[in-house]
Amino acid sequence: MEPNSVPQNSVVDQEAERIREDLLRPLFQTTWRFYTGVSVLVAIGLAGMAAFIYQTYAGMGVAGISRPVFWAFYITNFVFWIGISHAGTLISAILRLVNATWRRPVTRCAEAITVFALIIGGQFPIIHLGRPWLFFWLIPYPNERHIWPNFRSPLLWDFLAITTYITGSVTFLLLPIIPDWATVRDRATGCRKRIYRVLALGWQGTPREWHRLETAMHIMTIVIIPVAVSVHTIVSWDFAMALVPGWHSTVFGPYFVVGAIFSGIAALIVAMALLRKFLHLEEYLKPIHFENLGKLLLLFSLLWVYFVFAERLTVWYGNETSEMAAFWSIQRGKFAFLFWTMVSCNFIIPFPILAIKQLRTITGTVIASCTVVIGMWLERFLIVVPPLEQKYLPYDWGSYRPTWVEITIMIGTAAGMILFYVLFVKVVPIISMWELKGGEHTETVPAEAPVVVGGRGSGLENTLPSTNS
Amino acid sequence: MAHRWEMIIDLDRCTGCEACVVACHAENNIATVSPKEAARGRTMHWIHVERSWEGEYPNIRVRFQPVLCQQCDAAPCEPVCPTYASYHNAEGLNAQVYNRCIGTRYCANACPYTARLFNWFNPVWDKPLNLQFNPDVSIREVGVMEKCTFCNQRITVAEIHASAENRELKDGEVTPACVQSCPSGAMVFGDLNDPNSQVSRLTRLPRGTKLLGELGTSPKITYLERESSHGAE
Repeated sequence: MEPNSVPQNSVVDQEAERIREDLLRPLFQTTWRFYTGVSVLVAIGLAGMAAFIYQTYAGMGVAGISRPVFWAFYITNFVFWIGISHAGTLISAILRLVNATWRRPVTRCAEAITVFALIIGGQFPIIHLGRPWLFFWLIPYPNERHIWPNFRSPLLWDFLAITTYITGSVTFLLLPIIPDWATVRDRATGCRKRIYRVLALGWQGTPREWHRLETAMHIMTIVIIPVAVSVHTIVSWDFAMALVPGWHSTVFGPYFVVGAIFSGIAALIVAMALLRKFLHLEEYLKPIHFENLGKLLLLFSLLWVYFVFAERLTVWYGNETSEMAAFWSIQRGKFAFLFWTMVSCNFIIPFPILAIKQLRTITGTVIASCTVVIGMWLERFLIVVPPLEQKYLPYDWGSYRPTWVEITIMIGTAAGMILFYVLFVKVVPIISMWELKGGEHTETVPAEAPVVVGGRGSGLENTLPSTNS
Repeated sequence: MAHRWEMIIDLDRCTGCEACVVACHAENNIATVSPKEAARGRTMHWIHVERSWEGEYPNIRVRFQPVLCQQCDAAPCEPVCPTYASYHNAEGLNAQVYNRCIGTRYCANACPYTARLFNWFNPVWDKPLNLQFNPDVSIREVGVMEKCTFCNQRITVAEIHASAENRELKDGEVTPACVQSCPSGAMVFGDLNDPNSQVSRLTRLPRGTKLLGELGTSPKITYLERESSHGAE
């Protein structure tokens, strides 16, 4: 049972032990930096929560929105975070599906971003409600009012899509954690051992269990891809279905999906760089991972530019009066600065960095990713707000300016996202240990596991062919 | 016989006096807002008179157009509401169930006329307006949408009276507050299914137009354009 009981005489076992040491260290060692960081994040998060309580108490009017801009910062942040959530599940699923072996240290930190970005993003539609305490009226359940929600409303599709997505992503994240939690359970003592015993769901590492895990992951990998694509398509339909010039566009579905994956990869690269630095994972998250993700980011930068161009050109060429007001306010009016900042952040700056091999280093990709995250937030803002400012009737035009309430809630939720992530890293090895170990051997590791199984709880240790990842 | 309510607004007759705006506030218990909030675009007028100029200086003339909820047959605000707060009632009016509204404000974005209004705060009334509430109209709380109802409460009362007396509604028996208060008679309200009603006769005039008719929302308000709408002579 005791992991140290595994013979230490072979190089392979020593290597495996070293990996476990490295990856489990954040779980068992807590520094003052952790406590400081968590305190700061909790404080910022509480500030955001206080702002929301104030808004609920005083009325939605304390936010900057007004007629005709009924949606602004909250919906921008909603779309932004749902976009970021495409970091994980989709990227990880695609990489699993094509069996890209370099993905192994990357998948879990990506999938965790998905889950937490969804939790954060999913709060915004509730924060933005006029009567947030009644949000559960969106849930289709038999009730004493004998009223179902309106299934024709894109907001309801949204609600169903996001709940489906979060269920799928949580499953997708948790399934491969089970063997790692079993490892933690075997090494932990006291209260912690009891907790991990529950979390590990009695994982023994038997061939049957490995086989089931592998099958479940295959199914989830295939299921989660259409779910992820449909989620952001449906988010785009919140806009595209409305009869608002600048929103009512058929290109929005794929355009949003591409933008979501784009911002998701960028968020993943930033998260990986931070993990690498703070958890000393230099040996696991290597330049090759940043390089490969950088190439993916480059591809999506080009796709994004293509979609923006296609969307803007058709509007401009069509030259419909109602469309042109919002078009020109973005292109050369009051939003022009934001528009060109967005183009710079999403294309002009990252493109050369990612295209030139010498610049596609860790630093380079991180700089490119930071600009992309900012640029994609601006993109969401420019999609939501300018068309609402200038709809059909000029006498109903208006303008929008955020208030401190909206800004505080936005920063508070961002801090909440980081806080969730930091706490997650504290309870889960952020790099999948068993996948890493199995990685360079063959994809059929679990099937081979029983051959060398030593005993209860030690199935893992015996599936370690080599670790020169 | 089912009714199909229609409103005619004759732009030749509208003087822009805004009596309709005031009458609507009084009839429908519409909150008043502070000047600061009004400047932010948060007035709650269910009907507002839009002013524009036609022609080139010095030959200009002013054009007033009262704009309210157009009660569309194909209303963009209705399908987008996730809770059926915005729905099509049996008489084809776009009704708003305040108690069912959770305040997504999607309807307000979807409405091309920006005719829907949101309660940014709990409603307040400048004194002595707080002493003259209409008991037939509910007060809306913070966080819900509201908009013109074609004075649904008046329609209901008139229908109850008619059915109690076992007769059909007479033309002109139902008048929304704005129509009732219009001093120049620019607004007419009635049943389009009655071929002899005043609105039926007026809609047959060639001057009739729909606001943003090209969007296919089929509004229930017909504007009678000015006789010479191509600028001043």
